Amino acid sequence: MRVLGIETSCDETGLAIYDSEQGLLAHALFSQIDMHIPYGGVVPELASRDHVRKLLPLTKQVMAEANCNAEEIDAICYTAGPGLIGALMVGASTAQALAMAWGKPCLGVHHMEGHLLAPMLEEKPPEFPFVALLVSGGHTQLIDVQGIGQYEMLGESIDDAAGEAFDKAAKMMGLPYPGGPHIARFAEQGTPGKYLFPRPMTNRPGLDFSFSGLKTFTLNTVEAAKEANNGELSDQERADIALAFQDAVVDTLLIKCKRALKQAGRKTLVIAGGVSANKDLRAKLEVTLSGMGGQVFYPRNEFCTDNGAMIAYAGCQRLMAGHTNDKQIKVQPRWPLTDLPPLDLPTDKASD
Amino acid sequence: MARILSLDTSTEACSVALKLDDEVLENFQLQPRKHTQLLLPMVEEILAEAGVKLQQLDAIAFANGPGSFTGLRIATGVTQGLAFGADLPVIPVTTLETMAFTLFRERFAHYIISSLDARMGEVYWAAYHWNGNGFDCIAQPEVIAPDQVSLINPIEDADWVGAGNGWQLLDQFSPVMQSLVQQTYPDLLPQAGDIARLAELYWQQGKTVSAEEAIPVYLRDNVAFKKGEGPHQAK
Repeated sequence: MRVLGIETSCDETGLAIYDSEQGLLAHALFSQIDMHIPYGGVVPELASRDHVRKLLPLTKQVMAEANCNAEEIDAICYTAGPGLIGALMVGASTAQALAMAWGKPCLGVHHMEGHLLAPMLEEKPPEFPFVALLVSGGHTQLIDVQGIGQYEMLGESIDDAAGEAFDKAAKMMGLPYPGGPHIARFAEQGTPGKYLFPRPMTNRPGLDFSFSGLKTFTLNTVEAAKEANNGELSDQERADIALAFQDAVVDTLLIKCKRALKQAGRKTLVIAGGVSANKDLRAKLEVTLSGMGGQVFYPRNEFCTDNGAMIAYAGCQRLMAGHTNDKQIKVQPRWPLTDLPPLDLPTDKASD
Repeated sequence: MARILSLDTSTEACSVALKLDDEVLENFQLQPRKHTQLLLPMVEEILAEAGVKLQQLDAIAFANGPGSFTGLRIATGVTQGLAFGADLPVIPVTTLETMAFTLFRERFAHYIISSLDARMGEVYWAAYHWNGNGFDCIAQPEVIAPDQVSLINPIEDADWVGAGNGWQLLDQFSPVMQSLVQQTYPDLLPQAGDIARLAELYWQQGKTVSAEEAIPVYLRDNVAFKKGEGPHQAK
């Protein structure tokens, strides 16, 4: 089965064509990041407007790259949620209409299921069951994954997502959006041990996260450093704070991952979402997992952040199991991952 | 004569129409916030009713604005998908001109000022004159406070009428405009049937675009403030 995947849930327009026999045939992405930078974050209305301009040109591009025409595409998938409602609507309406014109089935895909299954696009994919850590600007979740659609939420953030904490900390340090890559870059120059940040919610049992306290701690540290330096934050101070902040987030994620693996009795960890591109996090998880006799899997860097390939892949799995939507432009801005039906559920129940 | 499918979701109404050689089929539903559920099934129904396939049409027309941002994008997305999928050209039609056409067709009005409530203390508006073959645009579409709406050249002896829910704010328009406009039709909404009829005129003039060029015209483009420039300064 050959599937066109469309991702428009936030500030990236992603298109891809995935073939269940031949693998990923083509993918294309347009990131709106530069457009949102002057506003200090994603402006939903501007995001929606841009998706409208980019969706068809990128569709044409992937079809040309995959060297396939409409007849050779068997189905269309789009991100139905969670995400920004207006942005989701662009992908949903175009996808459903295109499916109608082509006379092909269409399916709304869960964005986080896409992230979770993104490592399946790699040459050595993980095998079920595994524990997944989904870390992005919108989510921080630990999930026990027995199979596609068989998810048990082990823990999640009770306030800010880890990626959001990176963004906010970066802003406090005068670094641009999105914060993750900038903080990681400054952290490389940081002095180890200069600052020690708390590891929130690690000294008690449980798998939930909280990053809002870390944000306050960062703000206080930045303010104190500025005060000691005539109101300016020097690049060295910035690097020192970035390192301490990143260490705290990575350490916290590490502790909880270890705990989750033990609790679920798994040896395989999958990390996905924007923050999973963080080199420090990957390196430390590799060491931890090999120490436990296990293995960590993650998508290639370009598929850590939002993309069409993961939507095409996830959708293809469900379509092959017979799942489709009716002809409504359906989006679900808030959509718990655990609401998804398992793959082998009869289609009439799966279509809701 | 062209076979044209037309769509409108620019206001609380949702409508589709199919213009065949000498007839126009139309389905107009006043169901706020139901556009996403209604639109595609309505397209399928109207095509089935006429026994016509999408691929047998000549073009797809849609209301490209001004109107509800989300609504415009639903019609745009569906238009892009259908037109790209069936390899058809697109005819974008302005909501304001569509409403003017409705008043011309139903009331034989020749001088029409169309206006839609744009919220935030503003209206979308434009003025049209039916010249016998089509519309001359006397005032180009813009978004502005109602009391700022004015005709530079109101044309002597013209019987101006007002179309659209912008005229529900009649008392906020300037006294000059209030006395200029003889009658208003504030309940009038854009409808797909007249989009299709206007699109036929555009078709004959060769005014078509490709699927990917079919994008909304919002008129209101200041939708966010940059850091340090607006009332909602980023913290």
